[in-house]
Amino acid sequence: MSFSSELLIKVLVVLATAPVMALGLTLLEVKGSAWMQRRPGPLHVGLRGFIFPLATAAKYFQKETIIPKDVDEPVFKWAPAWVIAAVVGLFTIIPLSPTLIVRDLELGVFFLLAISSISTIGVLTAGWSSANKFSLMGGLRAAGQLIAYELPLILSVVGVVIQAETMSTVGIVEKQIEFGFPFVIAGQGIAFIIFMIAATAEMMRTPFDMPIGESELTMGFMTEYSGIRFLIFYISEYINLFVMCAIASTLFLGGYHIPLLPTEWVNFYGPLVLIGKTFTLAFLLIAIRWSFPRFREDQLQTLAWKVLIPLSLLNIMVTAIMKVVF
Amino acid sequence: MSQTMDPNNMPILSEASVSVEIETEDMTLNIGPQHPSTHGVLRLVAKVNGEKISSVEPVLGYMHRGYEKLAEVRTYPQVTTLVNRIDWVSGFANEIPFIAGAEKLMEIEVPERAQYIRLILTEMARISSHFVFNGAFPLEIGALTPIFLAMEDRERVLDLLESVTGGRFHPNFNRIGGVKPVAGAGPTTKKDIQDLPAGFYHDTKVAMEKVLKAVDTFEDLIGGNEVFQARTKKVGVLTKEVAEEYGVSGPILRASGVEFDLRKQSDYLPYDKFDFEIPIGENGDCFDRWSVRTSEMRESAKIILQAIEDMPSGPIQAKVPKVIKVPKGQTYVRAENPKGEMGYYIISEGGLGPYRLKIRTASFSNISILPIMLEGALLPDLIAIMGSLDFVLGDVDR
Repeated sequence: MSFSSELLIKVLVVLATAPVMALGLTLLEVKGSAWMQRRPGPLHVGLRGFIFPLATAAKYFQKETIIPKDVDEPVFKWAPAWVIAAVVGLFTIIPLSPTLIVRDLELGVFFLLAISSISTIGVLTAGWSSANKFSLMGGLRAAGQLIAYELPLILSVVGVVIQAETMSTVGIVEKQIEFGFPFVIAGQGIAFIIFMIAATAEMMRTPFDMPIGESELTMGFMTEYSGIRFLIFYISEYINLFVMCAIASTLFLGGYHIPLLPTEWVNFYGPLVLIGKTFTLAFLLIAIRWSFPRFREDQLQTLAWKVLIPLSLLNIMVTAIMKVVF
Repeated sequence: MSQTMDPNNMPILSEASVSVEIETEDMTLNIGPQHPSTHGVLRLVAKVNGEKISSVEPVLGYMHRGYEKLAEVRTYPQVTTLVNRIDWVSGFANEIPFIAGAEKLMEIEVPERAQYIRLILTEMARISSHFVFNGAFPLEIGALTPIFLAMEDRERVLDLLESVTGGRFHPNFNRIGGVKPVAGAGPTTKKDIQDLPAGFYHDTKVAMEKVLKAVDTFEDLIGGNEVFQARTKKVGVLTKEVAEEYGVSGPILRASGVEFDLRKQSDYLPYDKFDFEIPIGENGDCFDRWSVRTSEMRESAKIILQAIEDMPSGPIQAKVPKVIKVPKGQTYVRAENPKGEMGYYIISEGGLGPYRLKIRTASFSNISILPIMLEGALLPDLIAIMGSLDFVLGDVDR
């Protein structure tokens, strides 16, 4: 198969998978929150609540796109594209099995960190171009937050990279299979917690949702968006949730493999295992979202700079020493 | 910083301002009247420097309905329908001081049973108001779940209120000299007049047990949450002195450490017959305001349980003339409402309605401290402080 036709197929598969996963996670969030809040609606209405995400998406398609008078129009229109491009781009390095991967980059982890910061541009430009003070504050908060939490995200992964001696995502999973234990048990437990906290902040989910902060900034950088553009922000939030949880399960939880399963069948059970782990992690984040209030901006920065970054540096040191000793 | 800095004579700058040469102007941020956290149509004109607020000016009046003026063209029994709608979260409690004032001018002795019914329903209004607070305050801080739990539990109390009065929010239940016969009892003759619905005592007992359980849940779910504590402890501290100077009342005053509760200090309802405590805060911060209200719910439930235990029997209505005319005179009656002190200054010229009615509402005085409390606060704290004051716009503007 030629490179271009292979690329086309891969792009189409990713573009088909990403929204489906987002819909699945929306459903999980809607039902999870309804269950936690004892709300009967989403558990009963419309085929026991299962068509709810589709109905939401259809609603946004019908909505009129309102572009306020004073916005910087080209920037305003393109901002959602940056965000969704960044999160869909991350599908490149998620391995569903050793072969079921868009491309097993040698610098996979590096690619993850590089691409995930692109969404900052989208969020910042959305806040700036909206010509709304609430949007601007939301955009600036988001930029500060994304920069602050990029660091612990990177640093926590460094420990994994040292232990696995590779940056390729497939390589990291294979190392865990070889090891017998996933990295979360074998030495990288703290890194996993730091990664999940930083990822939650990167995704701007409660308790780190100040950039959106609906009770303070109405909707933050998304305030002026409506219709399909709002839907893009909304859906990229859930794609991001999927991607981050998938990467966390790849790096820390053994990815597409479960111990005791025969590795020669990995192409069949691999995708199911990974998606199962991803949704379990996502459910954890959903449960956190619906039980915690949000931090304040300065508390968030304190947590990043004074707790998470020193801890992850310590983790790198310990991992490196252990690596040399054993 | 609006002025250029003299490098030899620089004021102490906060750690955030590095580039002192750049002149920055404070941004005017218009919060409200349409904003998710202003409890209706309060408008705050805030000057912000980044996230820091340098000054705040509340703009009131978007909800003004002219109730004081309207009361002048209403008869006394009609005024209760108006005052129901002042603080709509605890409609029943608004009626009490007005009716008590009219009764005081007419020198009517209200039967004990009617007093007890009033007291029980006032405490239920307090509980339902604090349930709303326990849902809305975490919601503003960013926790989305407690409001659903609070609303579900509040519904039980509102069901009881409805079973007695026929109304969930606007009961319009008090009559001069007593209370209305129960809703749904059919055409009542004087012989078989019914006051409380069948099974009320049992239902109340069950509901109050549930309320006590809900308070425990809230103290665990909300108060025990580290993020909630980080957002509310040492935030929006209101000192005793400032609180007293500004005429702050209710749970906010008590959270600042002032032991002032009109239920103990006044006799508008027979609270002296019950054993209950007044929760007091220590620091006067947002957390204390939350915890005082939550403990108050427990005390209210206790009062209700005691009241249904030794409920006196007897009439629920004193003898009053068919056409109610209040003799010439003036009086001021105040009561401890869920939001704070509520008072009615009634001037009567001997007519069918009040000549002049001045309404003192708790929320109006309570939000007068907003400008001092918000000076120098961060924008997220503004929301937390506003939420902790627990005001209702109808109560501010009336």
